[in-house]
Amino acid sequence: MSIKMRQEEIIGEFKLLESDLEMSINYLIELGDQLTPFPENKKTDDFIVKGCQSKVWMFAEDKNQNVVYNADSNTVVTKGLVSLLVRVFSGHKAEEILNEEIYFPEKIGMSRFIGSQRSNGFSAMVKQMKLYALAINIKEKK
Amino acid sequence: MKLSIKDQVDVSSIRKQFPVLEQSINGKPLIYLDNAATTQKPLAVINEINRYYTEDNSNIHRGMHALAERATAAYENTRKSVARFINANESEEIIFTKGTTDSINLVAHSLGGSILKPGDEVLISCMEHHSNIVPWQIICKQAKAVLKIIPINKRGEILIEEFLNLLSERTKIISVVHISNTLGTVNPVKRIISEAHKRGAKVLIDGAQATPHHKIDVKSLNCDFYAFSGHKMYGPTGVGVLYGKRTLLEALPPYQGGGEMIKDVSFTQTSYNEIPYKFEAGTPNIAGVIGLNRAIEFIESIGLNQIRNHEKEILLRATTQLSEITGFQPMGTALEKASVISFNIEGVHPFDLGILLDAKSIAIRTGHHCTQPLMERFNVEGTARVSFAIYNTFEEVDQFVWTLCDLVKKLR
Ligand SMILES: Cc1ncc(COP(=O)(O)O)c(C=O)c1O
Repeated sequence: MSIKMRQEEIIGEFKLLESDLEMSINYLIELGDQLTPFPENKKTDDFIVKGCQSKVWMFAEDKNQNVVYNADSNTVVTKGLVSLLVRVFSGHKAEEILNEEIYFPEKIGMSRFIGSQRSNGFSAMVKQMKLYALAINIKEKK
Repeated sequence: MKLSIKDQVDVSSIRKQFPVLEQSINGKPLIYLDNAATTQKPLAVINEINRYYTEDNSNIHRGMHALAERATAAYENTRKSVARFINANESEEIIFTKGTTDSINLVAHSLGGSILKPGDEVLISCMEHHSNIVPWQIICKQAKAVLKIIPINKRGEILIEEFLNLLSERTKIISVVHISNTLGTVNPVKRIISEAHKRGAKVLIDGAQATPHHKIDVKSLNCDFYAFSGHKMYGPTGVGVLYGKRTLLEALPPYQGGGEMIKDVSFTQTSYNEIPYKFEAGTPNIAGVIGLNRAIEFIESIGLNQIRNHEKEILLRATTQLSEITGFQPMGTALEKASVISFNIEGVHPFDLGILLDAKSIAIRTGHHCTQPLMERFNVEGTARVSFAIYNTFEEVDQFVWTLCDLVKKLR
């Protein structure tokens, strides 16, 4: 499934819950719960995403020319949000990740969950993911 | 909303004066527990601002026409009310500002800028709001003065002995918060002021969280300056007060230059206006100041004793119930405390609590509450904070605690 299709999938899921803020948040938390466990020894400053108000840790690996992300947060709501990004980007080629725009947050009304102030933190996560993709892309080309 | 017998008479009729409280969000009645950030406004304040713009709008102190007369009179009436409200000697000692932050910056700039010499010291406490930290950092840096911090104990109370040890001939200014917005601690400011005066230091009190809850008497406190905000005491945003003793205000240089604050201007020499106008450069927030008068009337119509008693009971009920939650970690357990509870719950991030409570239409605040050094002192990233006002009911407290318990169960 392409990055775009994954975003559309998420938009569709949240549309079903649209009228109910509580259910949307609970669903988000559930999604966060399903993330691949993040190694405790990587919860260090080296893997922290700068610019988020809650703590977010992240790393990426190159698996058969695809970028695979692993992430975690100390708050369950943020963990849910980062899980959406992992779902959208993980398993794609670095080049695709670098070229695609993230547009689903606005469509699912993300500011309702996290407040408009925190969307800076969300942008920081996207940026970090693209940076990982860039690093892997450069390595692949060498 | 069901009200208990005890607060039936007052609170239900008081609530009717706050239209904003009548709404539901996400299908649930709003429970507003973020009063330390800002209080809601009673109809009297809202209507007054509307009335001012509908009937009296004009610039003040300048025009010779009917509107200007009315606007000026209403504006100056607030000054008299404020003077009475905090028991100042005279209304000239009341300066209108944008808020507490603006008032503190004024003192830091005008007082700090004129008296601080290299090596002099300014004392603030560990529990200050950023607005009572940063202005002092700026002026101390300029003047090569030293900013010193009065430590606090585990309950969140100022260590008086440590404070006395910090006092010296080098201490020129002390600026402390009357009631902490994060801990709720009521500081022994009268004692602090008298000790400071023995050393010849000047004292500014940040009263942002005190004026909505306690009767303030600047004469009895004998503080040199007292700062507060209208919006935390049921008044409009963008208007605040700086009280200062006449002799000090007269001696201080102005903060900002412009219209209103001058007597005569020429390119070679400008003379300044009398106090309070010397410190009110430019067209002020006239509507806000006039609205503030109605907020003061609102508070006085209930009575600060009544307000304090009600909030005390609410605080007690909330504290008792919250303490029963496993892993409840209050921050700020001072013996003298206003109606604020900062807390963490083991295993649950305050950010998640804030968002999930919001989805249940319960407004609280989470984060560092503009007191980052205090968070560091207690070694936490942030807290959840509930803060109560006169219109909060026991039922709201019960509903909040009940909802919180439910969420905590789910999140753990
Ligand atoms: C203790 C304290 N001091 C200062 C301030 C700053 O007040 P304002 O933002 O109205 O200038 C606040 C408000 O958050 C406060 O709680």
